[in-house]
Amino acid sequence: MAQQDCLVANDWVCAEYVRSRGQELVDATLQHVGITVVSIAIGLAVALPLALLARRGKAFAGPVLGLTTALYSVPSLAMFSLLLPLFGLSAALVVTGLVLYSLTILVRNILAGLEAVPEEAREAARGMGYGPGRLLWEVELPLALPALFAGVRMATVATVALTTVGAIVDYGGLGGLIMSGLRSDFKAQVLTASVLCVLLAVTADLLLLAVQRALTPWTRIRSRRPSDTRAAKVVEPA
Amino acid sequence: MNALPDAFVWLTTATNWQGEKGVWHRLGEHLYFSGTCLAVACLLALPLALWLGHMGKGGALAVNISNIGRAVPTLAVLVLLSLTPLSKYGDLPTLIALVLFAVPPLLTNAYVGMREVDRSVVEAARGMGMSGRQLFLRVELPLAYPLIMTGLRSAAVQVVATATLAAMAGEGGLGRIITAGFNLQDTPQVVAGAVLVAALALLVEGVLVALGRILDPMRGRALPG
Repeated sequence: MAQQDCLVANDWVCAEYVRSRGQELVDATLQHVGITVVSIAIGLAVALPLALLARRGKAFAGPVLGLTTALYSVPSLAMFSLLLPLFGLSAALVVTGLVLYSLTILVRNILAGLEAVPEEAREAARGMGYGPGRLLWEVELPLALPALFAGVRMATVATVALTTVGAIVDYGGLGGLIMSGLRSDFKAQVLTASVLCVLLAVTADLLLLAVQRALTPWTRIRSRRPSDTRAAKVVEPA
Repeated sequence: MNALPDAFVWLTTATNWQGEKGVWHRLGEHLYFSGTCLAVACLLALPLALWLGHMGKGGALAVNISNIGRAVPTLAVLVLLSLTPLSKYGDLPTLIALVLFAVPPLLTNAYVGMREVDRSVVEAARGMGMSGRQLFLRVELPLAYPLIMTGLRSAAVQVVATATLAAMAGEGGLGRIITAGFNLQDTPQVVAGAVLVAALALLVEGVLVALGRILDPMRGRALPG
């Protein structure tokens, strides 16, 4: 009985809420994770060619970096709204908006990572007869992985937070619960969904860190400045 | 695909600009929220960051605070604050949220800017007999200036974006035109509102870039190295 009271009293923390609406929370979380994962995956697929294009010279780098930075300045609500005529009320709208945001961070980090590849490593690979494609996949990208992962982690954390705004078109994952909680003045729902959102961001960050460490064992052997701090300076969208 | 012409019609209709729900009033609210909160955030964050940077303390705090700022959803904070008793004081919850989200970029960039001043330059200044105060005002501050301005620009963009989201928590500002458009299922109004918000954000960013160049204390001087 005492547990039911917290729903009646509209307390911030309410175990009964989590118990009785568990399914709702799980569904919203799954939608949240789904939107985030798809956005980051598409974001990476778009960012890589853009970074390679930007690397070809100043004529390409200027427009690519300028455009992605400008996109980042557009407030999220406006970004989703501008996409409304193209996509209608759909998950594709939210994913597209999030992809456009992630590009800023991802393109810059991939570019920074590629530019930090030591010229000797490239020379050595060329000397061994590596063509441009093999050089990219087997030498440059692996060496750029720490910077790339720093970017993926930042973009993922930002995307988890921004997904909530998708609630404006009813595809906001946990943001939907936050908005419906606001409309019905349901404090436990708003707080629980908000906390889950932050937990989701932290979990994703730690998971990606673990993957990065597994993929780049050499960064822990050599004693040098962690690439994380170097990349973090470059990527902060201005 | 008539959305853009229809949005243009919405924007060029005089009645949409007048009155309490009109563009001018919403723009005024937006600028009032954003300007006040940016000023308060600067007063809070910059002295602290510059002092920490000068003393070389609190680095972990300054860097982590910006990571935390990125992980916490703006919308969640706006809604949470609007459900607290603070909402009795009108716009106060929104103003607090705006300040909270403007502080991290200001703090982190100003701190990093101070710490990245070339140590050999600082040593040379000390060797010339500069006091801590002279060192701060004549060496560290001018050299940290570009990053301080980057922080200000990020904070301004963040504040304009957060002030837009405030509409989803029931507050005023230009975002209200967008949310009202969604409620009315009026796509032209949604797009028109979004165009206004995006234009404002890009304008603010552009003005701050220009201002940063004009005020640069190192302007016209040869860069070392």
